[in-house]
Amino acid sequence: MALKIEKDHQRFRQIVKGKIRDDLRKFLTRGELLGREGQKTISIPIRGIELPHFRYGDNNDGGVGAGDGKAGDPVDSQDGGKGAAGTDPGRHILEVEVSLDELAEILGDQLKLPRIQPKGKHTITSEKDRYSGIRSTGPNSLRHFKRTFRAAMRRQLMSGLYDPDKPIIIPMRTDMRFRSWKTVKKPQSNAVICYMMDVSGSMGDEQKELVRLEAFWIDTWLRKNYEGIDSRYIVHDVRAAEVDRQTFFRIREDGGTKISSAFHVCRQILESNYSPSEWNVYIFHFSDGDNSSESDSRECCKIMQEHLLPYINLFGYCQVASAYGSGNFINVIHEYMDKHENVITSRVNTKDDIYDSLKTFFGKGK
Amino acid sequence: MSLAHKRPELDRYAREIQQIAANAGLDFFETRFEVVDFDTMQQIAAYGGFPQRYPHWRFGMEYEKLRKQHVYGLGKIYELVINNDPCYAYLVADNMETDQKLVMAHVFAHCDFFKNNYWFSKTNRKMMDEMANHATRIRRHVDRYGFETVEKFIDVCYTLDNLIDPYSPFMQRKSRPEGEQIKATEERQVEKDVVKYQAKPYMERWINPPAQQRQQRKELLTEREKRRRLFPDSPMRDVLLFMLEHAPLEDWEADVLAIIREEAYYFAPQGQTKIMNEGWATFWHSRLMTTKILNDDEIITYADHHSGTVHMPPGQINPYKIGVELFRDIEDRWNKGRFGKEYEECSSMEEARKWDKKLNLGREKIFEVRRIHNDVTFIDEFLTPEFVERFKMYHYRYDPSTRRMVVVNRDFNKIKQQLLFMLTNHMQPYIYVVDGNYANRGELYLAHKHTGIDLDIKYCVETLKNVQRIWRRPVHMQAVINDEMVLFSFDGEQSQQQKVHGDLPKPAHQV
Repeated sequence: MALKIEKDHQRFRQIVKGKIRDDLRKFLTRGELLGREGQKTISIPIRGIELPHFRYGDNNDGGVGAGDGKAGDPVDSQDGGKGAAGTDPGRHILEVEVSLDELAEILGDQLKLPRIQPKGKHTITSEKDRYSGIRSTGPNSLRHFKRTFRAAMRRQLMSGLYDPDKPIIIPMRTDMRFRSWKTVKKPQSNAVICYMMDVSGSMGDEQKELVRLEAFWIDTWLRKNYEGIDSRYIVHDVRAAEVDRQTFFRIREDGGTKISSAFHVCRQILESNYSPSEWNVYIFHFSDGDNSSESDSRECCKIMQEHLLPYINLFGYCQVASAYGSGNFINVIHEYMDKHENVITSRVNTKDDIYDSLKTFFGKGK
Repeated sequence: MSLAHKRPELDRYAREIQQIAANAGLDFFETRFEVVDFDTMQQIAAYGGFPQRYPHWRFGMEYEKLRKQHVYGLGKIYELVINNDPCYAYLVADNMETDQKLVMAHVFAHCDFFKNNYWFSKTNRKMMDEMANHATRIRRHVDRYGFETVEKFIDVCYTLDNLIDPYSPFMQRKSRPEGEQIKATEERQVEKDVVKYQAKPYMERWINPPAQQRQQRKELLTEREKRRRLFPDSPMRDVLLFMLEHAPLEDWEADVLAIIREEAYYFAPQGQTKIMNEGWATFWHSRLMTTKILNDDEIITYADHHSGTVHMPPGQINPYKIGVELFRDIEDRWNKGRFGKEYEECSSMEEARKWDKKLNLGREKIFEVRRIHNDVTFIDEFLTPEFVERFKMYHYRYDPSTRRMVVVNRDFNKIKQQLLFMLTNHMQPYIYVVDGNYANRGELYLAHKHTGIDLDIKYCVETLKNVQRIWRRPVHMQAVINDEMVLFSFDGEQSQQQKVHGDLPKPAHQV
């Protein structure tokens, strides 16, 4: 049996990735991906991979079925039953599974994102056990059946005990083979991402949807670049608090806005948990840009400039469009922090802007 | 390694069941079973049953689909058998013994069908080798011209692989006389066609004036000449062959196209006889299993799995079910003599219900049916109103107001018509080359013969591009869309779509 389907399968996967790449801009806006967040792979429908044929359209005259029902009753068509592999061309859209890692790869390629250069001296190392060898002692759970069998067979052949008409192989103690592992030390660079979101009255569902999508892709890209990622989530209106991921994406708050409150909390979290020499720090703030007062805006800049910007890789400020408010905060940032090259801002008014926004944030390879 | 070494018990079953099947009258090629693991089975299935195919990503796609189907519990492949001499069939290693027996009985019936059904008679029985040859040839082209070039061309050819004429292997074509010979025959022919009145020799000049005769001869010859220049000389369904013979292909491209075409012809009878073939195999596995093969303790498992095979969910046609029931119905009718003029003219329902002439012709009849019919003629000949009623068949249709498929009626004629329509040409549209030198510009003019359903416009436009890639000159496809005759065109850069109107040059033929 000389099957070589792995190659065809790999080639197919390659074409799928190409397809995702071509449609990436559209793809980035697909909210339903978020439902699969947290899984290692997501299945995504792929259009237009199947090769076209001349075929009948859908305005056909129905078909023939069997079962109960009188004229006018709907026909239930659920799949089921078993049989030989179908030979009819399917009319379903093909769904393929893609790992988040592959997605990030495509994202990076397509947006031409440079690989992030982690700072720090790789001070943290992680240990990993790898099964890389074979030895003749070990626990039964690690027994290597094939090797054991081979060793026993070799011994029996050599000692003339093997009878081709009665091919029975009985392994002895010395034939036993076991997998063995080595502990590999790997330099590891860690990163922490601190997401902050304005949940004041002016941030509606639409705005939060944008934030969720943007954050999903930021997460996916950064996870591709770092071994260990910590994510922290802060929401704020006039006060700020750290929340878990679920809450972050689902919370509904009301009231005014005081952005500095979030920056304070962020600073506390970072200072007490993440030493800047060991961690790559990313801060993202999502807001509609409507802050309560000019003085608070200046306070924000002060915290950033004095306590955060010197240590972190990137402060990304993402402003989503809102029907209310001035949207002035982005101007404040430009005015006071433009000279810091690790501050990057982007505006996301619709889902279509996510593509460019990601490119803006990570285009410098920070 | 042979089955006997790998799985002696399966080998024993295979021999026993082979004997039982032969005793029952089945006549098959030598049948070889291979035991494979589940994943290998899926790989082979993705390759259409063959262990060797040329490299192409769509096999990888098929594999991914099958794997997913299995993961989601939508289906599991139990049996796979190749029409070849010897027949090859695959068994999944860790299936239950009862299932293995069922599959074996099923497989022997398939092999019998392959060997004896007329529609398979022209297929290549050494296809296993041929497929491997195709793989080698394509790999050689890949080495020489590059992977992507060849792959891209396979993509193009593959989109056209339904443009064959499944009936053409059965047609005897007279080889065309050439050159001078054509002229001579045509002149003779013309001589016959010239109108000539009977006359006494001395009256000849006046009754058949020579000038008029000359004129007539000339007209007839030009007429014939014109017809001779028709290209092709009649509408041609084997579009692939036409392109193979007349498109400006490189040698390797022609070779790839020829391979795709050959494989399409090999697989065509399986599409033409799906209901019959599966029906026949199911008929025999159920008969042999329940009468000769099963042990008492296997009967429940068997019944469970068999009922899964013939389960027909509402709204669907399961070829296994329809097929097996029709064969049983035919056997029963011919055993009881429920056919022919006398039975059909019997007007008493009571009498018809009790009708039994004890002819016992059933077995002979079903073997004859499996020999000469395909799905279309099978349904046309043997689907009866009683059968349709017994199995509660109905005709359904898309209802735009509820956007669902709804039951329309249970009218026998309508159901039969619909079934036949679905089976004719295996749900593929009829497409012909009607002009290979359209408007005297070397353009290719294809036409869809409308049989009630329109072509899918989007797919038509896309596929036409691939036709152009092979033909290299502009190509056209004429089709009826929403009751209007439309011409789709692609010249290599632009797609165009226009109503067919009087100003357009006419193609050589109409379909």
